[in-house]
Formats: sequence, C-alpha cells, structure tokens
Amino acid sequence: MTNTFFEIMRPGINTTIQDTGRNHLYHIGITVSGAIDQRNYKLANNLVNNKSNEAAIEFAYQGPLLKLKNGNINFAITGSIFFNIIRKNSEIEEGKCYQNYILKDGEQIDIISTKKSVYGYLAVSGGLALEETWKSYSINTKAEIGPNNGRKYTVNQKIFIKKSILENIKFRKIDYKDYYNNIVRVIKGPNFDYFSDEAKHIFFKETYSVTRLTDRMGMRLDGPYLENKVSTNIKSEGLIKGVIQVPADGKPIILLADHGTIGGYPKIGTVITADLDKVAQLTYGTKIQFQEVNLEEAEKLFKEYMDKTSKYLNEHN
Amino acid sequence: MIKNISNLGDAAVYCDFGQEVNETVNSYVVNYFNHLANLVKNKEIQGINNLTPSYNKLIVSFDLSLTNFSKLKKIIENLDIKKDIKKNFKKIKIPVCCEDEYGLDFDRLTKKLNLSKEKILKLYFNKEYFCYMTGFIAGMPFLGNISEKIRCERLETPRIKVPKGSVGITEQFANIYTFESPGGWNIIGNTPKEIFKKSNLQDPALIKPGDKVIFYQISKEEYLKFND
Repeated sequence: MTNTFFEIMRPGINTTIQDTGRNHLYHIGITVSGAIDQRNYKLANNLVNNKSNEAAIEFAYQGPLLKLKNGNINFAITGSIFFNIIRKNSEIEEGKCYQNYILKDGEQIDIISTKKSVYGYLAVSGGLALEETWKSYSINTKAEIGPNNGRKYTVNQKIFIKKSILENIKFRKIDYKDYYNNIVRVIKGPNFDYFSDEAKHIFFKETYSVTRLTDRMGMRLDGPYLENKVSTNIKSEGLIKGVIQVPADGKPIILLADHGTIGGYPKIGTVITADLDKVAQLTYGTKIQFQEVNLEEAEKLFKEYMDKTSKYLNEHN
Repeated sequence: MIKNISNLGDAAVYCDFGQEVNETVNSYVVNYFNHLANLVKNKEIQGINNLTPSYNKLIVSFDLSLTNFSKLKKIIENLDIKKDIKKNFKKIKIPVCCEDEYGLDFDRLTKKLNLSKEKILKLYFNKEYFCYMTGFIAGMPFLGNISEKIRCERLETPRIKVPKGSVGITEQFANIYTFESPGGWNIIGNTPKEIFKKSNLQDPALIKPGDKVIFYQISKEEYLKFND
C-alpha cells in the first residue's frame, strides 16, 4: 500500500466500490452486486492497464469531488459524464471519458454529473487499497458487506491507492459509441401464462417508463396495468439479475445487481444478458419497449455483446 | 424429483420440482443443490455462479461466456443424485424473548387467530422446524411448518423497518430477520442470537437449508444478558 489517497471533498449521491461481483452466496441470501454496467467498468480498468477485475469507484448521477494527496496517479473515467480536473494552480481542465490522465499531488477530480445515463466508473492504475470480502471488492449497502463496512462513501473519508504505477504510461483512448435505443430484449418468464392475453399483448406492445423508484436493487416501471389471472403471489423462489417481476399493482419491476436473492412475485420475463448494462443506465422518465427473443437469439446477441466489448478492449493494444 | 427443467432468461437454469411445499419435495431440492455445490467446489463443473434452492425450485445461474443452458441442463439431468453425499444437517436451538417490546404483533394475532398470547406461544415453541431455504436478506431462514392453529397472512401494510433479530410468522412459515429490513411478517419476538455473522467468513449463516431449528422462550433478563 502507498500513502497516496483520495480525500472525499464531496461524496456524490451513490458512490461505492464495485467489481465483477460476488458469487456462490445466493443460497445464504447474499446477492451478486458488482458494477451495474460491466462493460464500462471493464473499459475503465483497461484504460489504466489494470487487470479486468480490479476494484473501481462507481458513482450515479452526481459523482464525487476527490482530492489527491501524497502522490501522483494515472486514472480514467468511463460512462457519459461531465467532469473537470482541477489542476494545481486552480486551472480547470475539462475531462473526457474513455481516455486516461495523470493527476498530481493536490489536484482534484470533480465528477459533476452523468449526462444521458446513470452510472460511471473511475479506475486508478495499480488499483485501490481495499480488502476483499468473499472474493469481491463490491460494496453491498443492504447487507453492509464489502469495503467501507459496506456503506456508501461520505465526506472527508479517504480511499487509498494500492500501487501507483506511473512508469511507461501509455496515453490511451477508446472510441466508444453508445448505440442508444429504447428496446429491451426479453425472454418470456416461467409465469408468463399467469397473465391475461391482453396483458401479454400490452407487455410487448406498449411502452413503460423508468420511475424514480429505481436504485441498484431494481427498477420500477410505470405504464399500462398487467392483469394477472392466476395469482399475484407465488411461493418464494430464486431470482437473478434481469428478472422482471409483476406484483399485485400490475407494474413491472426489473431486478438489478443488488436484488434480493429470493422473491414471491410472478416473473413475466427476464432481460437478456446482452441488454443488462444498457437497462441499468436508463434515466428517470425514459420510455422503453420490451421485445421478445428466444434463447438461441439471446445467446447470439450475447456473443455479439462480448465481441464488441473485446473490440473496445483491444482497440489500442 | 425434478418435474421440468427450463431456462430462466439466457443465464440461468430453472429446475421445477412441482407446486407442493413440504419437507419431502424440499429435500429433493436441497439434495440437488448439495450435489451441484460439491461439483462447483471441486471444480468439476464450469461457469456456475450461484445455486438458489427454495421450497420447490432450484435456480442455477451461470456465466454465459463460460457455459450455456443446454450444457448445464444435460449435466443436471445426468446427476447421480442417489449417490450419498456427506452432509451433516444440524439441530439448532434459538432463544426468543416475546415480551411486548419484542413481540410486536400479538394484538393482531390474538384477534385474527382468536387465541391468547400464551396459547399461541405454547403452539409455537419447543417444536422442531425444518429450514426450507435461506435468503431474501443475508442468512434469513425460512422455516416450517408451524401449527395450523397459528397460521396468519402477512400484514396488510408491511413495516418499513423490522428490527434485527425479529422472529416472524406467516402462513405455514417462521423466519428470523437477520438484519433490519422492510417486511410484512407477524412479529412474535426477538432473538439475541447472531444468526448471520459477517466476520465468520467460512460459515456466516448459522442456519442452512435442511437444518432443524427449535425455538425456546427466554425472559427479558435472559435476553439482555445473552451476549455478555
């Protein structure tokens, strides 16, 4: 560990540490957590030459204001983010995502806000000096597991840098293109037939909007009522990221990275893995439309998603 | 036995053991869970991220970049589940204090069930319950079956905060809130015993699927002194 650290001057509204997530614990009620947008998390680490599962700082909407102390670092930010680098003589440099920068002792990173999305990532070359809990650095605020006693960061806290690597820095850029559309692809769920014919039709035809009742656990949607003809409760059973539950109020909820491990609402569908990053980044008020795909198509779309991620990762090597 | 295996999305296998909720069906689920967990532990199977047993389902979630539904379906169909696996189910005793400040819902329960508090507690305590599953929040056990005479539906309006340690009942089940959490179960008392220990990294959850649990009543004095 170095003595170099970020002092948190402003924490931002939802600043945590995340990585690829925590596995093999669903059966005791501990959810996966991890970066909610895995591709952008990986790209941030890649830009500063970290291994792909190094811990990164995740923030939402308003990000943190961080002051670097006792050393210099190489960092990168990914997402769709407004940020400034406040240099030593108070000179403000407008930051660009998808490229790396050197930050010197006493300088600051001011992550002002996300633009058309919710989450962003800050990775530091050499990583952050944190301890793993069950082989993951992810903060799970609900069960208070992970670094910082499983809590969001607050003002005046410090985040130490593990190993500041400044030799042979390559300045890298990724030409990231956000292919933005509002189609969310879904495989029908085990309780699809609990819903009326009209509800089934509505689900894939009408639009639903993202409400403010959205966090790392899940995304509540608003839109036409989905009539359940069988039962609005099922015997509690396991859940995964992307499951779309419909409780008695007839409005779908999409489960995200910090979801409960079991639940008792009918599952109308599951968002395909290739669309999970995109869904998590949808801002309040965005209107989305569900589109049905089958398993074979979903697997093909996942391969395309992976190929595209690899293309970005290899772009500058 | 598994009645049907289907896909839950593109990255999970949904093993359906039917609609019934009883110890026999759940034992099948737990047996499959233990067999698969052993394969994962011994690295004899690739790509599984999580196994979630519940009353009558087992969900196997996986990393789609390492495996896929059809491969795992075949493995699950061909599991030799008759093979005995060494698994010691425990019998765990849990102390519960039911004084009014901990037993939050006796007003409701005595009215709904038309039984006195003493009668409810008599029917509840010193019986062996079976752990069907753990989850929702870390380490929360779902236990059953409680006496038919004390079965009651959830609160109409769930509490925003149920205190840590609360012991709740709903329908045929009992549970323990391992953390402060929102929840709608009828709270009959509170246990001073730590059910989920984060610091115990090897074995954080005291109660696991297949274990037996016996609740016994303690006084407030005993409750307050329990962790001294």
